[in-house]
Amino acid sequence: MAVPDNKLQIEMLRKMMLIRAFEEKIKYLFTRGAMAGFSHLYDGQEAVAVGGCAALTRDDYITSTHRGHGHCIAKGGDVAKMMAEVLGRRTGYCKGKGGSMHIFDASLGILGANGIVAGGLPMGTGAGLKAKLTGSGQVTMCFFGDGTTNQGTFHESLNMAGLWRLPVVYVCENNGYGISVSQARHQAIRDVAVRAEGYGMVGAIADGNDVLDVYEKASAAVERARRGEGPTLLECKTYRYGGHHVGDPGTLYRSNEEVAAWRAKDPIPRMIAHVLDSGVMTRAEVDTLKAEVDAEIEAAAAYSLESPLPEPEEALDDLFIGFRATGREGRGARGGCAAGAGRAECGGAEGRPRA
Amino acid sequence: MRTITCRQAVNEALREELARDSRIVMIGEDIGPYGGNFKVTEGLWREFGDARVLDTPISENGICGVGLGLAITGMRPIVEVMFSDFTANAMDQLVNQAAKIRYMSGGQVTPTMVVRTVIGGGRSSAAQHSQSLHAWFMHVPGFKIAIPSTPYDLKGLLKAAVRMDDPVMFFEHKMAYNMQGEVPDGEWLIDFGKADVKRAGDDVTVVATSLMVYRALAAAEKLESEGISVEVVDPRTLIPLDMDTIAASVRKTGRVVIVDEGHVTCGVGAEIAARIAYDCFDYLDAPIERVGTLDVPIPFSPPMENYVVPSEDDIVFAVKKAAR
Repeated sequence: MAVPDNKLQIEMLRKMMLIRAFEEKIKYLFTRGAMAGFSHLYDGQEAVAVGGCAALTRDDYITSTHRGHGHCIAKGGDVAKMMAEVLGRRTGYCKGKGGSMHIFDASLGILGANGIVAGGLPMGTGAGLKAKLTGSGQVTMCFFGDGTTNQGTFHESLNMAGLWRLPVVYVCENNGYGISVSQARHQAIRDVAVRAEGYGMVGAIADGNDVLDVYEKASAAVERARRGEGPTLLECKTYRYGGHHVGDPGTLYRSNEEVAAWRAKDPIPRMIAHVLDSGVMTRAEVDTLKAEVDAEIEAAAAYSLESPLPEPEEALDDLFIGFRATGREGRGARGGCAAGAGRAECGGAEGRPRA
Repeated sequence: MRTITCRQAVNEALREELARDSRIVMIGEDIGPYGGNFKVTEGLWREFGDARVLDTPISENGICGVGLGLAITGMRPIVEVMFSDFTANAMDQLVNQAAKIRYMSGGQVTPTMVVRTVIGGGRSSAAQHSQSLHAWFMHVPGFKIAIPSTPYDLKGLLKAAVRMDDPVMFFEHKMAYNMQGEVPDGEWLIDFGKADVKRAGDDVTVVATSLMVYRALAAAEKLESEGISVEVVDPRTLIPLDMDTIAASVRKTGRVVIVDEGHVTCGVGAEIAARIAYDCFDYLDAPIERVGTLDVPIPFSPPMENYVVPSEDDIVFAVKKAAR
């Protein structure tokens, strides 16, 4: 059984606090009109991302979801570059091209948050196939919700992973709702983990509001994967505090009592109680940690708000290598080739310099 | 020079590239011991084994996504989708994921993958095994697109596609696999974005793709004896599209017919016609003609299928119309 040492326990608490503070800040900025689009927040579910990613190394891969801020922070993502991306700034992870739903950090093995439900599962399975074919020893952890388990690519991916014994851990964060439709109204089973048997893989259930339980079960799954014993479907039962996204109060399809019951099981106070009771931290140390986290988020917000927005014509870059797409006539950018691109790269409307 | 079939050309390209680069992995349905639905991958599994030529379950969306995962983690996958009709099953992973991942990530990763798939009617395969759906992928920025016709072009473009870092959709025609052509010894690569003038002529330009190149050449032969000189231009790749070569030909002839086996509406011909109209407006002496598959699903029974899919006679008729 994997028991995290004191240092890791403190780090897990810090990451959960960081995710919560990040999401609170996004909520604040959104309601004040400082950001465009919409954002799906992770508050309430922190123990799943943090407990799961604590079982991984820097070289391992994750795939994430539309509700992806927590996974990226848990895997080591830079909160300043994340917030800048959410605010559409040039200094963001994806230069403002991705936004909240597409945060990506190749250097940390974060193979992208994803706007399509179940979109990341085949990709994560492919990363698992690469690890198996090359013997690299890397493990991939795919995060997704209960709603994903009704998509065809969930079935296709888990079937292939089970068949080929791939080093992939499929982490279902079952928060009880696919957007507004409760699990009881979207599938006939209560435990997603029972589906593991149908793919010839191990199924396990964790208390998704207990970071130590998630860590223990994720560690067992990761170790199995590294030993070549194949994939795991790990279901973590949890809850999202907000609605589907910031603009949804989440009140049309759930009761106040239900939300309150889950808030009583909040993963952060539970972990604080654990570190205090076991003498890992003192109250003063917890307070200091919280103050440091808040300061980090304030700094990230300040950095993001001070960062420049992209120039409109930057929309033309990054489609292909060494290539700039054709711009809009009469509005400055005229398209043509990026420096060094061969003539063949410039043919056609996708990059034709007009005479 | 030796003579090989299109099937052999693709097989040779795959074998040579697999031997050249150990990061190349082929995945797809029935590509292993069975040798592929069209026997294009015959012998490759025996030579390279499961680690390089891997049969997959029948899961087109999953397969394309697994290819994408391989591609962004350092491998160079070649994915086979048995019929272009089945790319419909894989649209999320191709269109929403593979085509966009480089852009969405701000250029952090490039999905170095080739998706090979098969187009075309002519075998009484009915509405779900006969479509030519390559135009769909022109509509979504993010893929380079090849649609070669001859053994020389297939081999040279496929090898170039496999070595290209950007993602490629590669369309082969089921009725062209037995077509023969001369190829040189040794290795050759063909740049994307370079059209090839398959036949020089003065009166009418025919822009044709894939199997339609053969039909256009046969039509040109027939028209020659009737006194109409036809130039046949094969774009070979659709993204990028070599408009310079097409426009040069149209400026010479002033008359143009575009022949592509996709459905006419919103097809390749529509896009090329629009660009010709813009680039060569002052040179046109007749309306631009389009010949494509009629806008109905492809029927099973041969008399109906042969009517719906473009024939040599349809091209002859369109050229005469343009030449009037």
